[in-house]
Amino acid sequence: MAKRSLSRLLGLFLLAVVAGLWFTRPQHIEASAIPERDPDLTNGERMFWAGGCASCHAAKDAKGDDKFVLQGGLELKTPFGLFRVPNISTSNAQGIGGWSTADFITAMVKGTSPDGRHYYPAFPYASYEKMRYGDLIDLKAFLDTLPASDNEVAGHDLDFPYSIRPGIGLWKLLYLSDRPFEANPNWDETTNRGAYLATGPGHCAECHTPRDIFGGLNAERWMAGAPNPEGGRGRIPNITPHADGIGNWSAADIAFFLESGFTPEYDSVGGSMASVQENWAKLPGEYREAVAAYLKAIQPIASMKAEDDGS
Amino acid sequence: MLKRVAITGITGLAVFAGAAFASEDPISTRQNIMKSNGASAGALFKMVKGEIEYDALTAELALREIFAGAVAFPTLFPEGSETGGKTRASPEIWKDKAGFEATALKLENAALAAIPAATSGLDQLKASLGSVADNCQACHEKYRLEKN
Ligand code: HEC
Ligand code: HEC
Ligand code: HEC
Repeated sequence: MAKRSLSRLLGLFLLAVVAGLWFTRPQHIEASAIPERDPDLTNGERMFWAGGCASCHAAKDAKGDDKFVLQGGLELKTPFGLFRVPNISTSNAQGIGGWSTADFITAMVKGTSPDGRHYYPAFPYASYEKMRYGDLIDLKAFLDTLPASDNEVAGHDLDFPYSIRPGIGLWKLLYLSDRPFEANPNWDETTNRGAYLATGPGHCAECHTPRDIFGGLNAERWMAGAPNPEGGRGRIPNITPHADGIGNWSAADIAFFLESGFTPEYDSVGGSMASVQENWAKLPGEYREAVAAYLKAIQPIASMKAEDDGS
Repeated sequence: MLKRVAITGITGLAVFAGAAFASEDPISTRQNIMKSNGASAGALFKMVKGEIEYDALTAELALREIFAGAVAFPTLFPEGSETGGKTRASPEIWKDKAGFEATALKLENAALAAIPAATSGLDQLKASLGSVADNCQACHEKYRLEKN
């Protein structure tokens, strides 16, 4: 009798697990859902720089044309373990040379690989999911013009339980919005353009917004500064228009910073922002001005002390 | 006349900074060198942006300040100055002394090399400022921590 109910309980448990896996199963985007479009390579290259693909996928410290060789291998230290960024060059053997546009868009907005695995959010698809299909089609076409590299990258070294990929399904349920970018009706066109660039391709929040205990971005403290994800003493600065952040920077100061790397005090940018700034320097001025308008328009938020956010 | 006063002012500052290099606290000394770099870079950029008028002498003095600072800077990281005094120096400096010194040397050379162009006109200053300023970012990217 007791044995009977135990096995019934086990059955229920298994059912729950199966249901859980079903709800959190990797999602795909069908080719039929993708609009027809003649790719615009100029726009594709702009999405490449705004998206910062080279900052992670090119070789460590790559400069100049080496930034176009997306050979992977950069090591990202995180609280969850060590990620090794994959090769996304046009190599068929080691890169993503054989991928269709649907495979690519699925990776960027659903965080799912062509063979149905969940990607880790160290690949910032929780931001890229806001990108428009047109921009993603152009970006894919641009990536297709870049050189192939046969660099073989080893797997990640993650701590248990983060080493279990299906677990990411739950994370996605919590943090992927599944909704396209929405313009704010109170903002003008430039500010909304900046909002799209900063929250979608630019993924500024992935560094400047603190995370909750599950590693999702804390929307209440949007861009208000965060502990350094790689550990160490420093913090990523608050870039809201608060006195603790960059409230005393003008929009022109922000645009100049993204262009030159110099703050209004003529200090020069460093850390992981240096590579972000180099990318933004390659974009037309109106891109930087739009992001500047957006950063002036967001909610001003006071900084937290380091001990308050678990760092 | 007014110009003379300004020049002695800036030269005086340079001499003062030179004396400060020898101060006993390496952390505040190296931070002061960098603050003076910020001021020099500011003077150069403001001319390029048209916020202040172009002046060849100011450009030369700013570059000489940057040059002198870069010579002294790498000597100010003795063992024991890794932490304290709100330093943002990265542990990478002590792990990779040779690379760090080479990065400072690049700034030193670039500042000196830019003087002839920077003193011959605003357009030439505009064209050569990047060759100096890029070195600031290159070093901060690798060898400086974020603010706390
Ligand atoms: C912050 C670092 C970072 C940035 C920026 C980044 N990626 Fe990645 N990317 C990763 C990591 C880490 C992975 C591996 C994820 C995994 O294994 O689960 C990855 C995986 C991928 C994959 C899947 C590769 C494969 O072999 O399955 C693609 C495609 C990709 N990224 C494209 C891009 C593009 C395009 C951009 C720019 C718009 C970009 N990434 C920017 C870190 C990054
Ligand atoms: C890979 C992480 C990362 C990403 C992505 C990132 N930032 Fe940063 N950002 C930083 C770090 C680190 C600093 C501090 C730089 C330093 O120490 O010099 C910084 C500094 C800044 C500053 C200067 C703040 C100050 O007080 O000096 C601004 C403005 C800024 N970022 C804007 C942006 C914008 C806009 C984006 C998106 C387009 C962005 N950042 C994306 C890491 C990042
Ligand atoms: C060889 C490396 C190196 C180069 C080149 C370099 N810096 Fe720095 N800079 C540093 C380090 C390291 C610190 C942090 C020092 C500390 O806190 O102990 C720093 C700090 C600063 C600060 C903050 C000073 C403070 O404490 O308030 C400013 C401003 C600055 N640098 C400006 C510049 C400018 C402008 C240039 C280029 C003209 C430049 N730096 C070139 C390494 C460098």
